[in-house]
Amino acid sequence: MQIKVQVNGEAYVDEVEPRLLLVHYVRERLGLTGTHWGCDTSNCGACTVLLDGQPVKSCTVLAVRADGHAITTIEGIEHPDGSPSALQEGFRQKHGLQCGFCTPGMILTGTALLRDNPHPSEHEIREGISGNLCRCTGYENIVKAVQWAAEHAEESAVK
Amino acid sequence: MIVAPQKNGSTFGDSMLRKEDARFVRGSGHYVDDVQLKGMLHLSLLRSPVAHARLKSIDVSRAKAAPGVKMVITGADLAAHNLAWMPTLAGDTQAVLATDKVRFQGQEVAFVVADSRYHAQDALELIDVEYEPLTVLVDPHKALEPGAPIIRDDKPGKTDNTCFTWEVGDKGAVAAAFARPDAVVVKQQIFYPRIHPAPMETCGAVADYDRAMGKMTIYMTSQAPHAHRTLFAIVAGLPEENIRIISPDIGGGFGGKVPIYPGYVCATAASLLLGKPVKWMESRSENLMADSFARDYHMTSEIAATRDGKILGTRVHIVADHGAFNAHAQPGPEWPTGFFPIFTSCYDIPAAHASAVGVYTNKAPGGIAYRCSFRVTEAIYCIERTMDVLADELGMDAVELRKKNLITKEQQPYRSIMGWEYDGGDYPAALDVALKMADYPALLKEQEEARKEGRLMGIGFTTFTEIVGAGPGKKCHIAGLEMFDSAELRLHPTGKAILKLGVKSQGQGHETTFAQIVAGELGIPAEDILVEEGDTDNTPYGLGTYGSRSTPVAGAATAVVARKIREKAKRIAAHLLEAAVDDLEWTGDAFRVKGSPDQRKSMAEIAFAAYTNTPPGEEAGLEGVAYYDPPEMTYPFGAYIAVVDIDRGTGVVRVRRFIAVDDCGNRINPMIIEGQMHGGLAQGIGTALMEVIEFDETGNHLNSSFMDYQIVTALEVPNFELGEFVTPSTHHPLGARGVAESPTVGSPSAIVNAVVDALSPWGVRHIDMPMTPARVWEVLNAKGIAE
Repeated sequence: MQIKVQVNGEAYVDEVEPRLLLVHYVRERLGLTGTHWGCDTSNCGACTVLLDGQPVKSCTVLAVRADGHAITTIEGIEHPDGSPSALQEGFRQKHGLQCGFCTPGMILTGTALLRDNPHPSEHEIREGISGNLCRCTGYENIVKAVQWAAEHAEESAVK
Repeated sequence: MIVAPQKNGSTFGDSMLRKEDARFVRGSGHYVDDVQLKGMLHLSLLRSPVAHARLKSIDVSRAKAAPGVKMVITGADLAAHNLAWMPTLAGDTQAVLATDKVRFQGQEVAFVVADSRYHAQDALELIDVEYEPLTVLVDPHKALEPGAPIIRDDKPGKTDNTCFTWEVGDKGAVAAAFARPDAVVVKQQIFYPRIHPAPMETCGAVADYDRAMGKMTIYMTSQAPHAHRTLFAIVAGLPEENIRIISPDIGGGFGGKVPIYPGYVCATAASLLLGKPVKWMESRSENLMADSFARDYHMTSEIAATRDGKILGTRVHIVADHGAFNAHAQPGPEWPTGFFPIFTSCYDIPAAHASAVGVYTNKAPGGIAYRCSFRVTEAIYCIERTMDVLADELGMDAVELRKKNLITKEQQPYRSIMGWEYDGGDYPAALDVALKMADYPALLKEQEEARKEGRLMGIGFTTFTEIVGAGPGKKCHIAGLEMFDSAELRLHPTGKAILKLGVKSQGQGHETTFAQIVAGELGIPAEDILVEEGDTDNTPYGLGTYGSRSTPVAGAATAVVARKIREKAKRIAAHLLEAAVDDLEWTGDAFRVKGSPDQRKSMAEIAFAAYTNTPPGEEAGLEGVAYYDPPEMTYPFGAYIAVVDIDRGTGVVRVRRFIAVDDCGNRINPMIIEGQMHGGLAQGIGTALMEVIEFDETGNHLNSSFMDYQIVTALEVPNFELGEFVTPSTHHPLGARGVAESPTVGSPSAIVNAVVDALSPWGVRHIDMPMTPARVWEVLNAKGIAE
């Protein structure tokens, strides 16, 4: 089947098998390997991307479902000048990552969370990221990373 | 809450931000599954649907004809290349692909190589296997019964399911202690269930054989790339100089990426046979079903003590379930229970004895050291649980009992009855710090109030010492390779440096921490030091990262090589300053002439001179390599307090507070240490509350996805309260001990002790992990306190 998708602002037209998963389309066809494959059952969230701005687990979305839609992956999150977004910087500042495998999914989920709720409480953050698993950090520093981004959103946007 | 001071510098002791994060936050980390090579093929493994059966026949003809399929290989095919079986690190053998029987559900039976993942997976469906079912043994006690079917009938002369027997300690002395007329004896059955490290990245490899040059490059999720290279040379018969293992970014390991799995061998064999790159990347279900599990220890634990709480002796017997193949990753077959002999822990215990029987069952092979220095988690859980049982028996406060038996500062360096020589520390003082942080008297008062109101609140303790940093090489090895580690350091003419290590980070932040060690030794900013690991062609030989050994062993090697370089730098500085070597002193970043502070040469100036103005008789360059064999292990210790609330309606246990005071010796990067603590504590909470791998009676794996194998989310963990306690290790050139495993070692018992404490007024003395709502509710219901 032919699909037309926008990925990180670029338009793609591709022939895909109907069963091709979005995670494999993004990773293997487009070479955007920042989206990771962690569990197959949409539990871990390592494969999270934004579909028209909403976080989805790309291991349980067919590529054909993305036809006519816009996808944002971790590679499309930084500022146009290549500097990290406030949330990307927050993860670095607050040691919100260790092995880095869950980090892209966390950042995409967190990005959508902060867009919808620019000043979330700690509980709202914990609830918001509870569909993304991290085996390394114990989450506390991820929460702090999101809080850091909330506090620094404006200066980052100005940049 | 005590937090480490945030220092903005970039040398030893600073909470420097991590250098590696620049790529990880952009998604430009490079993991094995990100490797895409020209003409790369994909390998999928056919796994057994049954736990114990004889292989009657395998028909691969339909699979071979399927679209995109390049190759289908069975155990018989591998046997023709003498590759159907491989040695395990434990000195046993393991089937790469089954030839005679399958011995656990999920065992590798055949593989398909195709032009895509999808085609390889499709073709698996077309392989026809006929299995003749055999009696399944999932309970190790039943497997030990006379007449039980022999699982390992591949081993000549095998007449039972024992995989090893072991004992240590003085049985007679312990028996005498238990026989004393004044002895109070407690005995508790304690099960540490089978769990899984479950790193977010599963295991995989890309094997790329260059037929023209005879070179095999294997990108691999490996915590020990050099040791794996040597094992590949031995197993596959390839010349070692023609094997290059590249362990790129690793998405968490926790001990699960130490063993060699059949999939790695299959990908390598396929690439050899096809002359093309072949990728194998397992799914989450494969990871949870077939890769090495951890724990699965059935322990019978006893302590004898005086009526006033002084321990006289302790003994433990373990039934250790190792699954179908003994594939543990302990430091040599001489350590079948790893470092379980640390089980007398931080207590002054005059007599101890431990024994174990290892058992083959129809389950996945193991057991690995999941975030623990070789069975230390089991040992500490055992003694800490039994301590609380003893406190209950004596009617004594759990803290008071511990204080009565803790090794004191005056007894250090303490030699334990098991023969370990501890490396200093004030254990009672560390406990006092934790008690103060928790405000124990206030907690007790709060608990009293809660009980009056009918709420279930528990306070649990653990005091412990770890044992990490294996070697020494004469005691600890992997397949005969002594457990030293290495560092190669090279200063460039412009004063920048590159450090190459034999260990391999899986998220621990080596690129930052090890640069900070060099910065501390040579006065170069850590930003200017590039750390490289994981590529066996470009790093010195080392044994890898597990058992908290990176800082204790490779960290020491880094300090030693930096000091060697500093010695040479001193001679170059003397030449530049036209002074005698003995007249120079080191200032932290430069050598200066004693008494004339203006006459100095910085390390950058010396490095430049090493290439541009070499002293007569001196070799050019400024570099070195060190192989460090630790004289002793290191002993990080800690005191933990958990506060839990139990919902009487649902049985849900909530860890409300967790106070952790750890002494890992001198702290290289406090921020990273705290991060390691957080992660380990979260895993410990998962272990205590929800993680378990179980089987039904026919050997069906019941937890083969993240829907059934529960790991903690952000909602189940509190913000942790970390205390700092620093006693430099006397066994390490930097005074450091290693840290990342203490929290997984110490936290499960603190949480279980807290749950039991909450229920102790109803006579509850022990509940086995995991403390799932169902299990806790059953106890509440049995005691008539469920709401």
